[in-house]
Amino acid sequence: MAAVQSGMGEGVEEKDIKTEPASDGFGNNNANDGRLVSTSPGSNAPAASNKPVAGGPPEDQQTLLAVLQFLRKNKLTESVEILRREAGLPEDDLDPNGADSSGAGTGGAAGSVDSDAGDASSLLTRVTVSSSAAAQAPTKAAAGEDQPDVSVVLSAYSQQGDPALYEVYYSSLKRFIETVLDCHRAELSQVFYPLFVHMYLELVYNNHENEAKAFFEKFSGDQECYYEDDLRVLSSLTKKEHMRGNETLLDFRTSKFVLRISRDSYQLLKRHLQERQNNQIWNIIQEHLYIDIFDGMPRSKSQIDAMSGSLAGEAKREANKAKVYYGLLKEPEIELPLDDEDEEAENEEGKPKKKKPKKDSMGSKSKKQDPNAPSQSRIPLPELKDSDKLDKIMYMKEATKRIRLGPDNLPSICFYSFLNAYQGLTAVDFTDDSSLIAGGFADSTVRVWSVTPKKLRKVKSAADLNLIDKESDDVLERIMDEKTASESKILYGHSGPVYGISFSPDRNYLLSSSEDGTVRLWSLQTFTCLVGYKGHNYPVWDTHFSPHGYYFVSGGHDRVARLWATDHYQPLRMFSGHLADITCTRFHPNSNYLATGSSDRTIRLWDVLNGNCVRIFTGHKGPIHALAFSPNGKFLASGATDGRVLLWDIGHGLMVGELKGHTDTIYSLRFSRDGEILASGSMDNTVRLWDAMKAFDDLETDDFTAATGHIHLQDNSQELLLGTYLTKSTPVIHLHFTRRNLLLAAGAYNP
Amino acid sequence: CSSVVVNMADREERRFAEVHRESVKLMAESAGVELGDDVAALLAEDVCYRLREATQSSSQFMRHAKRRKLTVEDFNRALRWSNVEAICGYGAQDALPFRSVKEGELFFVEDRDINLVELALATNIPKGCAETMVRVNVSYLDGKGNLEPQGTVPTAVQSLSDDLLKYYQQITRAILGEDPHLMKVALLDLQSNSKIAALLPYFVYVISGVKSVSHDLEQLSRLLHMVKSLVQNPYLYLGSYVRSLVSSVMYCILEPLAASINPLNDHWTLRDYAALLLSHIFWTHGDLVSGLYHQILLSLQKVLSDPVRPLCSHYGAVVGLHALGWKAVERVLFPHLPAYWANLQAVLDDYSVSNAQVKADGHKVYGAILVAVERLLKMKALSLSQPAEGTSNAQPGSVMGAMGYRVSSPGLSPPPEPLSEAALGIASHLQAGGAGCPWEEWTPVPLPAMYCELYSFFGDSLAVRFSTGPGFGSYPPCTQSQLSDTRKEPSGPASNPDTTRKMPQLTANLNISPRQDGSPRTDPPPPSLAATGSGRSLARSSSMQRSRSSSSRSGQRSAGLSRDVFPKARFTSPQTGPPVFSFLIGGRQMGRRCQGRRPFQTTFAPTPPFSTIPPRAYAHKLPVIGRVGKPVRRWTCSHYSLHLPL
Repeated sequence: MAAVQSGMGEGVEEKDIKTEPASDGFGNNNANDGRLVSTSPGSNAPAASNKPVAGGPPEDQQTLLAVLQFLRKNKLTESVEILRREAGLPEDDLDPNGADSSGAGTGGAAGSVDSDAGDASSLLTRVTVSSSAAAQAPTKAAAGEDQPDVSVVLSAYSQQGDPALYEVYYSSLKRFIETVLDCHRAELSQVFYPLFVHMYLELVYNNHENEAKAFFEKFSGDQECYYEDDLRVLSSLTKKEHMRGNETLLDFRTSKFVLRISRDSYQLLKRHLQERQNNQIWNIIQEHLYIDIFDGMPRSKSQIDAMSGSLAGEAKREANKAKVYYGLLKEPEIELPLDDEDEEAENEEGKPKKKKPKKDSMGSKSKKQDPNAPSQSRIPLPELKDSDKLDKIMYMKEATKRIRLGPDNLPSICFYSFLNAYQGLTAVDFTDDSSLIAGGFADSTVRVWSVTPKKLRKVKSAADLNLIDKESDDVLERIMDEKTASESKILYGHSGPVYGISFSPDRNYLLSSSEDGTVRLWSLQTFTCLVGYKGHNYPVWDTHFSPHGYYFVSGGHDRVARLWATDHYQPLRMFSGHLADITCTRFHPNSNYLATGSSDRTIRLWDVLNGNCVRIFTGHKGPIHALAFSPNGKFLASGATDGRVLLWDIGHGLMVGELKGHTDTIYSLRFSRDGEILASGSMDNTVRLWDAMKAFDDLETDDFTAATGHIHLQDNSQELLLGTYLTKSTPVIHLHFTRRNLLLAAGAYNP
Repeated sequence: CSSVVVNMADREERRFAEVHRESVKLMAESAGVELGDDVAALLAEDVCYRLREATQSSSQFMRHAKRRKLTVEDFNRALRWSNVEAICGYGAQDALPFRSVKEGELFFVEDRDINLVELALATNIPKGCAETMVRVNVSYLDGKGNLEPQGTVPTAVQSLSDDLLKYYQQITRAILGEDPHLMKVALLDLQSNSKIAALLPYFVYVISGVKSVSHDLEQLSRLLHMVKSLVQNPYLYLGSYVRSLVSSVMYCILEPLAASINPLNDHWTLRDYAALLLSHIFWTHGDLVSGLYHQILLSLQKVLSDPVRPLCSHYGAVVGLHALGWKAVERVLFPHLPAYWANLQAVLDDYSVSNAQVKADGHKVYGAILVAVERLLKMKALSLSQPAEGTSNAQPGSVMGAMGYRVSSPGLSPPPEPLSEAALGIASHLQAGGAGCPWEEWTPVPLPAMYCELYSFFGDSLAVRFSTGPGFGSYPPCTQSQLSDTRKEPSGPASNPDTTRKMPQLTANLNISPRQDGSPRTDPPPPSLAATGSGRSLARSSSMQRSRSSSSRSGQRSAGLSRDVFPKARFTSPQTGPPVFSFLIGGRQMGRRCQGRRPFQTTFAPTPPFSTIPPRAYAHKLPVIGRVGKPVRRWTCSHYSLHLPL
C-alpha cells in the first residue's frame, strides 16, 4: 500500500540523539534499549561518545554487568556489544563464545537491515528496523524468576542496619518534619512514602520479616491514600523470595523515585540528617531517590498532590523540556471539483455570498505554516490516493454543515447499545465518517456493523474478478459480491479477548489487538485477516492507527509501545520507559507524536521520529485508560480509574486542568470536532460533557509556571461540567463525534 | 476433591485469605508426601503470596475487559501468563455453593456428580443465545434529555422533574385544547411513551374531572380518549388506578349529564364510546382490581332498576352491559327486563307532545335493549351449539354442553375473582359488592325459554331466528303454560324454583361465578326487585294496553296465540342426536343515513316454519331506532356490527 514519500534531505544518522540524564538501573536500561533499537548500528560510535560514562558509581557498573549477563544469556549479542561499547566496559567480560556470536549477530543484523532497505522506502533507511533478536528486547527480564543477574540488582539492599532501629529512624524523621515550618512541611512530607517503601523492602530483603511487618503496620497508615494500591502489593510481600519476580518491587528498585523539592527545604532536610547522623535514611535518599531541586518558593500541599501519585514519583523537570512540535500539518491542497455543483445548489437556496469569503479564509489559513508545527516531511507520510482526496472533500463538505457547539449548544447524543453481548464487549471503534462500527469481544471475535443502510459486502473471488469488465466506470461497484451483503461481519482469528480496535482513516483496514499477544490487520474489503503482527509476547492492551494511516502504535503488558507500519511485520520503533503495563495508546493529530498511558499512572509522549520520550505527565492516581488529543494538537486529555480527567498542555508540559465528577473508571474521551467540548464516558454509566474552551482559556501560563512546572489548579470542575447524561445501565466504553458534531456513544447493555 | 481450610485472617489490617498450614499438609498427604511443620508453614505462606499475586494480575484482565466483576476466566488468564495450569471446571456463571462442616470448621465447594448420560439425552435442549447486535437510540437531543434516571422504573409518585412537568402540561393542553391534530399527536404519544409512569396519577386526576365538565360533550369525549390512550400504553402499570379510571368512564355512561338536557347534543355516542372503553379496560386490566366485574355489574343493575333515573341513564346501563358481554346481559338485563318493560312501554305509549322527547329517548333505550338481547341469544346459541358439534356421540349431550360451555367461551368469561374482597372508597360509580347481590341465586334461563320470553317483548324485531333443526329435540317443548308460568313467577330468586325451568342439566355450570359463600339468602332484594312481581304483571298489562291500541295484534296478544304457535312450531319434534342451531342475523338494521329499517335478509337454515306468523306490528311501528346525527365508523370489531348506527 501507500507509497511513502521519499527524498528526505537529511542524512541517515540521527544527530540529535538525546541522552537521558542519570540513567541507572533497569528502567533506564529499558530506555536505552529503546534508543538502541531506534538508531542504526552505524551511528553507535558518536552516540557512545555522548554518553555519560560508565566509570560512575560501582552499583551502576554492577547493574550494567547484570544487564550484560542477562543479554548474553538470552543471546542478544548485538545488544551486548553495543551496551558494552557504550558503557565502556572491558572486553574481558565476554567469553570467547559470546564474542564469536556477537560478530555473527552483527552481521546478521546488518543483513536484515539490508534486506529491509531493499524495500526502497526511505523510511527504512532512516529508521532501521532492529534485528529480530533485539526486537525481543529484554523488557520482561525483570519478570524472570531464577536469574542471578536480578539478584545482583537486588543486592543493593544487602547493606545491613540494625532492624530494630528502622522504626526509630523513621519516627525521628517524622517528628522532625512535623515540627518544621509549615511552608516546608508539605514538601518534605514527600519523602515519607519512598523512604517507607525502601526501608520496608530492606527489612524484607534482609529477612527481618517480623520487624518488616511491625514497621509496615506502624507507618503504612501515614501514607497518602493514593498509594493504597501499591501499599497493598507491598504488604503482601513479606519474604525475600517473593521479591524475585515481583514487578512492582522491581520498579521501586530499578528506578529512582523522583521528588521535586525547593532548595530551602532540601537544605533543611540534609542538615537535619547530617546532624543526627541518620545515615540509614541518608543512604536511601542518596541511592534510591532522585531529588529534583529547584530555586524558589516551596510548593503547597495541593500543588504537590496534583502532580504526585505515579509509581515513581513526579517527572523530572528536564524530562519535559524538549521541544514538541504540536502544531498541525498543513492540509494538502485539493481542488474541489465537486464544490462547484454544491455552490450552484446553494445558489438556488439563496445564500451564495456567505460561502465564498469563508472558503477563502479557510484556504489562506491552511496555507499559513503554524510555527509550532513540524515540517511537513518530518516523518514520511503516505501520499494521498484519489479516494483519500475524495474523502477529504467529503469531510470538508460535512464540516461546513457542522454544528457549532458551546455551553449553550450542546451536542445531541446517540447511544449505540450492544445487545446480547454475553461474550463480553471489550473494545469499540467508529470510522471517522461514522459509517461503520466495530466491536472487539472477549470471545476473540471482532464484529463489524454497518451503521448506514449500506450493507457490508465482500470483494468477489479472484475467479469472479477475472470476469468483470475492468474498464467500466463502475468497476468499484462491480467488484463487490452482492451475495455477501449483510449488516454485520464477524472476523475470526484471535485466540484471546480483543482489547483494542482501530479503523484506518481510509476505512479499508481494521486493527485489533488481543490478549494473544498479536495485533491483526483486517481488510474491510474482503473481511479477512491480512497480517498478524507479532512482537509483543504478552497481552496487547491497545492499538491505534495514525490519523494519516500507514503507521500504527500498540502497547501492552510488556511495558513497551511499538510503532509499526502496515507493510512491515516488525516494529519500526519501540518506546520503552513505562514502569508498568501500557494501557492505552493514541496518535497525535500530526502523526509525529504518540501518547501512551500506563498502569504506572503516568502518561508519556513519544517522538515518532527518534523514539525519544518527550513528555512525562504525572498526576493520575490510577491506571490511565483513556487519552484524547484536542483537534488543534495543543492539549491532551486523560482519564483514569480514579474517575478524574486531567488536561495537559503539551507545549509547556504542564497539567492545566482537572475535571472531577465521574465516580468510576473513565474508558473513553473525545473532543468535539472543533475542540469546544470534551466528552467523557465512564463505567459509572454516564456521559459527561465539559467546557473545554473555558478550561483552556482560563489558563495563566506565566513564565514562572512554565519554567518550574508548578501549577495552581482551580477547583472549577462544577463550572466546567456542562451536562451529565445517564445511560440505561450501560457502561460507556467509546465516544465519537461525527463530522457534524453529533456525539455517538457505545457500550454493551448489562442487564 | 479440593477441600481447603481457609482461615480468614482475623487481623483487620491484613485483608487477605490465608491458606492454613494444615491444609497444605492435608494436600501433601493426599499426594503421598509427608511434610514437616516448618515446611508446611513455609509452603502455606508462599501459596498465600502466590494467590495474592495471581489475584492482583487477574484484576488487570478484568479492567481491560471493562467489567466490575472478576471472573474465573480472568484468574485463569493470570495463571496462564505466569505459567501455571489453569483451573478447570469453574467457568459457570452461577455462584458456587459453599458448604461447611461445623466440627472441623471445614469449608468446601460442593462438587456434585453429574449424570452425563442424562444430560446428553435430555430433551430440553437450551436454545442458543440471541444474536449480538447493535441498536441505536437518540438519548439526548441538543444535550437536553430526561434527567431522571432512566434505568429505574418509577414506582410511586416522585417529585416530578421539570421536563416531566412540562410534558404533562403540554399533553393536557393539547388534548383539551382546540387543535384536533395536536390532540391526535398527544394521544398517540400518551399511548406509546414509556417514561410517563410518574405522571399517571396526575393524568388520572385530570380524567376524574369528568364530573366538572358534564356540560361539555367535547371535553368529555377528549377525556375518554385520554383514558383510552393510557389504557393502551403498554409501559404503564395502571394498578389500582384502574378503579378510578373505571369510575370516570362509568360516570360518562350512566350519569344524566348536563349536556343531555339539550336534545341536540349527541350524548348517546359518548355513552356508547364510554361503554366500549369500559369493556376494553375490563378485558385488558380487569385482573388488576379484584371484584371489579361484579362491582360494575352491580352499579349498572342499580341504575337499571331505578325508575327515577332518566332514560339516558338506563340507556347507558344497557349499552354498558352489552359492552361487557352477553353474560352480563343475561345476568342483569334479562332478569330485569319484565320489570323494566313496563316503564319503557309506558313511555313509548305516551303520544302526548310534551312526552315527545322522552319518547325519543325511550326508543333509544328500546333499540339498545334489542341489540343487547339479540346478541345474547346469538351468543348463547353459539355457546350451546359448539360443544355439541365438536364432541362425539358417546358423551351425553347435556354434560358435554355444560362442559363445552366453559370451553367454548373463554373470552367471555371474566377472570374468576373472589367477590368478598370488594372494598371501595375511591369509586363512587362502582357499587360496593356488599351483601345482597341480587344475582346470587341467579339461575340461567334455558335458551328456548329465553327466546320465548324475549320474543314476547320484541316480536319480530328480534333479528335472531332459530331454526327448528332436528337437534332441538333434546329440549322439552316449551309450552305455553311453562312460559306463562315463568313469566308469572315473581322474579325473586328464592321463589323461583328450578322446577319451572325444565333443564336442570344446563344450570349446573352456566353461572359465571356465583357466590357460594355464606351470604344470607334472606336478604331483602333491592326495592326495584321487590316490585318485580307486580312489575311483571304490569308489564303484561301494559303490553295488553299497547296491544289494544294496535289493532293488528290485539287478538294475538290477548290470546297469547303467537307465543303459543311460534314456540311450539319451533321446539317440537323431539329427536336424538347432536343439537344443531343455525341462525342468521338479518343484516344491518340501520342504514348509515338512518332511513329506517332496511329489509331483513333473514335466512332460515332448514325450514322456515312460520312464514304465516304475522309480523309484529310493534316492530313496524318503530321505524327509527336510535336516531343519531353522524355515523361513527370507529368500531371495526365484528361483533359490534349490530351496533352500527353510531
